Amino acid sequence: MPRPIPLSERFANWLPRLVLTPSLLIVLVAVYLFIAWTGWISLSSSKIVPKYDFVGLEQYFRLWSTPRWHTAVANLFIFSTLFLGVTTGLGLLMAILLDQKIRAEGALRTIFLYPMALSFIVTGTAWKWILNPALGVQKMVNDMGWTSFVFDWIAQPTFAIYCVVIAAVWQSTGFAMAIFLAGLRGIDNSVIKAAQIEGAGLPRIYRSIIVPMLRPAFLSVIVLLSYVAIKSFDLILALTGTGPGSATEMPSTFMYSATFRRDQMGVGAASAMMMLMTVAAIIVPYLYSELKENRDGH
Amino acid sequence: MATNATSLRRQRLIGRTVIYGALLFMAAFYLMPLWVMIITSIKPLDEIYAGSFIGLPKHITFEAWRSAWSEACNGTACMGLKPYFVNSILLTIPAVLLSTSIGAINGYVITKWRFPGSNVIFGLLLFGCFLPFQAVILPMAQTLGFLGLAGTLPGLILVHTVYGIAFTTLFFRNYFIGIPDELVKAAQIDGAGFIRIFVSIMLPTALPIIVVSCIWQFTQIWNDFLFGASFTAGENAPITVALNNIVNVSMGRKQYNVDMAAAMIAALPTLIVYVVAGRYFVRGLTAGAVKG
Repeated sequence: MPRPIPLSERFANWLPRLVLTPSLLIVLVAVYLFIAWTGWISLSSSKIVPKYDFVGLEQYFRLWSTPRWHTAVANLFIFSTLFLGVTTGLGLLMAILLDQKIRAEGALRTIFLYPMALSFIVTGTAWKWILNPALGVQKMVNDMGWTSFVFDWIAQPTFAIYCVVIAAVWQSTGFAMAIFLAGLRGIDNSVIKAAQIEGAGLPRIYRSIIVPMLRPAFLSVIVLLSYVAIKSFDLILALTGTGPGSATEMPSTFMYSATFRRDQMGVGAASAMMMLMTVAAIIVPYLYSELKENRDGH
Repeated sequence: MATNATSLRRQRLIGRTVIYGALLFMAAFYLMPLWVMIITSIKPLDEIYAGSFIGLPKHITFEAWRSAWSEACNGTACMGLKPYFVNSILLTIPAVLLSTSIGAINGYVITKWRFPGSNVIFGLLLFGCFLPFQAVILPMAQTLGFLGLAGTLPGLILVHTVYGIAFTTLFFRNYFIGIPDELVKAAQIDGAGFIRIFVSIMLPTALPIIVVSCIWQFTQIWNDFLFGASFTAGENAPITVALNNIVNVSMGRKQYNVDMAAAMIAALPTLIVYVVAGRYFVRGLTAGAVKG
């Protein structure tokens, strides 16, 4: 005859679930319900305050017929491509150089990584000053005698977005470097030794053996930096204030100003949903594959 | 033979020189903005307008730091950064402690008390790490309004705690998964319960990850701008919002030295934490690459 389970034991069995419940509820509400809520607003005619009627996809049509939004999407494309390319390439280069049994490696790593500890507002403030043509790099080069030197990208509508790229690369390369360096340190030295005995030179060993082995690091870097690129908001506000004009508008700044400044809450919500879908399309498959591998590995 | 060896050695020397040269060049590029911020903040304004942005100051003055701290204007008030610095401290400390505590318990349950569906719950939580906050700002503003917390520091603490849980849970989950289950089983046989095991077995081993989680949360919350700008206004603003306002005030001759001093003041707490505990900071950073 099975022994009846005492009440205290039954409570003990349920305690773990009970403890996890508040967090689960919080996340269900603050993430998933709120996303649905934003989705609902994006289907309504909300302007200054939320209205809970239903106008179908009207706000999405309005969004995609707004020139400012087209600028934002084009900028996001330019920015992400350059930001991802340069940050990944430079980060990999730094990691490889640092992996050559360098003296003062710790100090150099610290220098490459400290921008990650700064707020984007601080980064934007500093770079705005450096890139300022009247007082920054341009003036310095002019004063040194090269008077025709011009570096006024931050004031040029076509080039200002590249200034955002420069500052963002400066801030984030250390992150890519840290992940690549961890990947390099995980590679078995005997692989490299064996290739050296075969007579392969160091550049060749890196190109055809080591870099392919860093595939998981590449995946992490690219996915996480895409997320950084899509949500980047403070850097643009601090560096260019979405200007000159609206030349450096991005989806994140568009969402903010449509919602809080231009009383177009419905359009703002629609743009937020577009951002969310872009992030989800990148992140969800990544998380899925990472979790699956984890399960197989254990 | 001998010439061959010398040429090899020369080749190696050239290689080392190139490597060190490249690294030093990059180090200079990475340090330049910090250098520029510091020296600009201690120059008198005339020297800034006359001289080079990268050169050493002729006269050193901390006037700009004093002004940035206690009297710079941000468009609505001229109180410097001081009150907003205090706001940021008052909001960061409770939010860091709350989100780290919740994450520790969650990580413990998810790894050591697995039950059907606990993996799904972890997956649901995990997406919260990569949520573009724009997608939840509007409902959050409404909800804070319902709760009577709109525009207040407790409201902002709540927001940071809620959206911090995902990352802190990830940290502790990845850490606790490396602690053998046998330890927990043995303790259970000895009669220790859910809470005893957490307090006397898990927590004492978790010190490094507690540090990682606190540092990560501190950096994130201190540096946050979006939540601060969306959910607070005026005197309750955190330091990043105040800094942005001070820099964007356009009245009279632009006080670049004050801007840079203000930026340094806003940057110092996270910079100090980074210099003191950089190792833990990097661990938090790379934990975003989900595998522990």
